[in-house]
Amino acid sequence: MKHIAVLQFPGTNCDLDTKYAFEKLGCSTSVVWHKETALPENTDLVVVPGGFSYGDYLRSGAIAQFSPVMQAVIEFANKGGKVLGICNGFQILTEVGLLPGALKRNIGLHFISKFQTLTVVNNSNKFLQKCEKNEVLNIPIAHADGNYYIDEEGYNELEANEQILVRYCDEKAQAVVVNGSVRSIAGICNKNKNVFGLMPHPERALENILGSDDGIKMLEGLIA
Amino acid sequence: MTAIVNIFLKQGVLDPQGKAIHHALDAMNFEGVEDVRMGKQIVLKLTSTNRDEAMKEVEQMAEDILANTVIEDYTIELV
Repeated sequence: MKHIAVLQFPGTNCDLDTKYAFEKLGCSTSVVWHKETALPENTDLVVVPGGFSYGDYLRSGAIAQFSPVMQAVIEFANKGGKVLGICNGFQILTEVGLLPGALKRNIGLHFISKFQTLTVVNNSNKFLQKCEKNEVLNIPIAHADGNYYIDEEGYNELEANEQILVRYCDEKAQAVVVNGSVRSIAGICNKNKNVFGLMPHPERALENILGSDDGIKMLEGLIA
Repeated sequence: MTAIVNIFLKQGVLDPQGKAIHHALDAMNFEGVEDVRMGKQIVLKLTSTNRDEAMKEVEQMAEDILANTVIEDYTIELV
């Protein structure tokens, strides 16, 4: 049975949803408080969940990067361990330097909370291995700082290494502007393809009766 | 000694908040505003009395946490 460590900072609010999601998929989980200096020994995947760690003070994710548990996460990632950052977790992973680029205030300045269609750009990675390339997924977004920025050189590198995971799109898989992200990027991974970050919330798309279960095939890739 | 750290989005990085303020100023008929950039100011009260040391220290703080140098530039003023 795979074991998932879900981090919890002051202000995290998607920890229990994330725990529920992975338990539904048959995993064991533990919620790890930010002051811990080590991850559970049997950890197969670390999830940095969504929320508003430290009230988004300074910048979203800026303070959380210095929490003791993040040192353990960096070590885990550098040894090849799988790490997934969702929403605020994505912001934290860019702040700490495990993922390239940065997340800025949405172009329209509003907090956006809605279901959003995404298109799978690359599935040559563990996270999206169960999804088809160009497949359209319906996943909720809920963020104010999701405007992904990376310079041209960085973007070219992402593209060349197949590090772009998903883009915001319409129902016909055409890219759309949602929050001002560079080329509509909604999620990326690192060069080694073991650290993943995205603004949309797959853990909130697990049951059709609640709008979509497209999140299942995303998360299943990480525990396959 | 006090250090004043000003942080702004880099030139070339779109500043949506600055843009919104610019629109509001236009709507209020304040003419002659060419561009608006919004930033933040962090004021640090330091124990150090050595300006060079203080500058070095605050630069390190700016690089490590106060600014995100992927998207932001900063200036430091010691007073």
